[in-house]
Amino acid sequence: MAGPTIGGGRIPGWGIVRRVLRTLGSVTLTFLGLTVVTFFIGRVIPIDPVLAIVGPKASNETYDRVRAEIGLDLPLPVQYWRYLLKVLHGDFGTSVITSQPVLRDMLDVFPATLELAVLALLIGVVLGVPLGVVAATHRGRWQDHLIRLLSLFGYSTPVFWLGLIGLLLFYAKLGWVAGPGRIDVGYDDMVPTVTGLLTVDALLDGNSEVFVNALRHLVLPASILGYLSLAYVARMTRSFMLGQLRQEYVLAALAKGLSHGRVVWVHALGNVWVQLITVIALTFGSLLEGAVLTETVFSWPGLGLYMKNSLFNADLNAVLGGTMLVGVVYIGLNLISDLIYPLVDPRVRGQRR
Amino acid sequence: MLLLAAFAALPMVAARAATPPDTIVIVKQIDDIITLDPGEDYELSGVEIATNIYDRLLRYEAEDVSKLVGGVAESWTVSPDGKVFTFKLRPGQKFQNGDPLTAEDCAFSLQRVVLMDKTPAFLLDQLGWTKDNVKDLVKATAPDTLQFTIKADLAPSLVLNLMTSIVASVVDKKVALEHEDKGDLGNGWLKSHSAASGAYKLVAWKPNESVVLEANPNFRMGPPKNRRVVVRHVPETASQLLLVKQGDADIARDLSPDQLATLSGDKDVSVASFPGSDTWYFGMNLADERLKNPKVREALKYLVDYDGMVNSFLKGRMFVHETFLPNGFLGALDYNPYKFDVAKAKKLLAEAGYPNGFDLRMDAPNTSPFTEIAQSVQQTFGEAGIKVSIVPEELKAVLGVYRARKHQLLLVSWGPDYFDPHTNADAFARNTDNSDKPATKPLAWRNSWYIPELSKETAEAAKELDTAKRIKMYEDIQKKVTDEGAFILMFQTAQPVAARANVTGFRAGLTEDITFYRLTTKH
Repeated sequence: MAGPTIGGGRIPGWGIVRRVLRTLGSVTLTFLGLTVVTFFIGRVIPIDPVLAIVGPKASNETYDRVRAEIGLDLPLPVQYWRYLLKVLHGDFGTSVITSQPVLRDMLDVFPATLELAVLALLIGVVLGVPLGVVAATHRGRWQDHLIRLLSLFGYSTPVFWLGLIGLLLFYAKLGWVAGPGRIDVGYDDMVPTVTGLLTVDALLDGNSEVFVNALRHLVLPASILGYLSLAYVARMTRSFMLGQLRQEYVLAALAKGLSHGRVVWVHALGNVWVQLITVIALTFGSLLEGAVLTETVFSWPGLGLYMKNSLFNADLNAVLGGTMLVGVVYIGLNLISDLIYPLVDPRVRGQRR
Repeated sequence: MLLLAAFAALPMVAARAATPPDTIVIVKQIDDIITLDPGEDYELSGVEIATNIYDRLLRYEAEDVSKLVGGVAESWTVSPDGKVFTFKLRPGQKFQNGDPLTAEDCAFSLQRVVLMDKTPAFLLDQLGWTKDNVKDLVKATAPDTLQFTIKADLAPSLVLNLMTSIVASVVDKKVALEHEDKGDLGNGWLKSHSAASGAYKLVAWKPNESVVLEANPNFRMGPPKNRRVVVRHVPETASQLLLVKQGDADIARDLSPDQLATLSGDKDVSVASFPGSDTWYFGMNLADERLKNPKVREALKYLVDYDGMVNSFLKGRMFVHETFLPNGFLGALDYNPYKFDVAKAKKLLAEAGYPNGFDLRMDAPNTSPFTEIAQSVQQTFGEAGIKVSIVPEELKAVLGVYRARKHQLLLVSWGPDYFDPHTNADAFARNTDNSDKPATKPLAWRNSWYIPELSKETAEAAKELDTAKRIKMYEDIQKKVTDEGAFILMFQTAQPVAARANVTGFRAGLTEDITFYRLTTKH
């Protein structure tokens, strides 16, 4: 695995180049694999995409014409090759439902999901990590049991059920939050779209009323999604922390006279972050998926709702485009967490020197 | 929970607001909308929206939906041979932007439907209009006079009814052509914009999210009292229920019977039910030897618990109607000969040579209330020894199976295309080419029910000039289809509507073509 050398020493930077190349290679392969799988799954679903366009009452003539138009009469590998070429040119085709280019649709719906997922992740991490730490340090005591019960409930309860119960309780009975949808009808279209994140756009526009209303709509679905990620993050933090607390350095630090809190929250937790980053990245990815059901319950016009409708309407281009987007986000998250490792792991930092 | 309370505390400052006073908010499943161009629009929710945006040549108007009246046209005449139709337009009409509305716009609007050849084009194709002849057959003979000639033998009442459908929507020719792109006659732009003269203009359509309409000041009857109508896509019906209960929506359209039941006694929300025009039925494929036997088909018709279903899980949502023309249509009939009767069914099955019944496969959509109907029928068929295995699928997949004639028994619903009996007769009572590649695939064909004689009657009825005679013919055709046909016709839909108590005047129409928003007001 040694790189080329000059006078016994390595060329500086070669390691980085190699790493970048390797990453690029794996990204390309993953991406290709993703297109193959989604494409062929899209072709074997029992819904006829031609019927989705022409409707069940169309004549045979129209049916055959449209079938040829979208290239479904060609052999599968040819269809795939054509699709791949288009995708490489950034052309994901046109959606049957919206009659817009799929890429444009993605740009329209993705911010809504992103807004939801980011807040959910914040809730999950900000609360999940400390809960996990507390559970680990109080192992076997009531705090631990309570937190584990909370987690168990979180990842074993269907999210749509939580959503409906949440709506019933916090919206219908208590009136603490606003109902389904992203914003009240009266505030619709009151701030110009800049980022697509409604709360951010409202702040940029300096419109506090819209901001508050958007936040009231956002809180409940984000809390419910956040609860799911909290459950997972807390459970993983707990088990990572238990692993660390068994290490000798913890004992040594305590023996040296450091406070218990400092040892737990700084030293032990500091070592857990590396593993946690992967967990958090994966959680973020699964939030995008979890959004499908949440968005349906909350009429949230994001990627999840878009994908669901596309799937049920056999809108193949839209389904493939959406899947690709989620896939690309996953790949991106993996890349980012790779990049962050050296920042939090002193050992990786050490290797660099 | 603490977490939520903490989060909720901050936004508490904003008081809960009801919907704005001049805006009607409707929550409904509208993910079927793919376009709002009236020359292309053919989805249920899309047609309903277009009904409220575009005025049509003729109309069944909101004030009395049973009477054919002029829309854009004030009066009309039909030549004695029933081929030439002349329409005189109302004077002084304007489009939403102030452009004058002329016969030129009307001719253009009809022509572009045929020229664009999108989904609803078949409605006008049956008049004998083609891309090559439509510009000669449809003409403005004066600024206020539209004249067209039909090439097919059709009853004038059918042709006039077609002029109340979506394809007779009048589009502003100037605006459409200003936005033309590669010869699309403005189709691309009109998908999400309006160039109309109806009660409302389109402000915005966001797919899967909402449609926003605003009162059109130039509407010939004056602008509607409610300034804005917002139709919001709420896929989950439980969410719709909460929204209307809380006052964040004025009208909810898709509530299920058990959800409606929770509203009884709620003084803030009232529930009303309006007949719809969908027919729910089973198709029996005669390609199956057993189902080819008329006695077997008759037996199955006695094995459905019609009353049991409408009195339980279909309550308020459907009523028993065993003929193919919905109540409210010309020629509709009150004829429900079949009741749940196991003894009679067993006797018929024995006569047919199946005293112990047989196994049967049923394709059914996997959503409510299809699922419940499928299960009820599975149980009642079982009482006569017929073992039904249900294959639940996405509705679109079921339709695929149906068009390929791969089913034995198949549960589905059918909605009429326009307000004339021919639309349903042409589907249920026509099959003159039972080969695997016919030009069209009417429902009789999909069930391999080959009926050259009855098809002739259907064609004759479409041509009959004398309306009284025409009604008689449809009554006769319906009885034959109910008695001998390949269908177990069961129910006609009802449309329950939950509305806030301060909202009045909303009526769900028999079809989307007569569902109007403009008479709805808020106090």
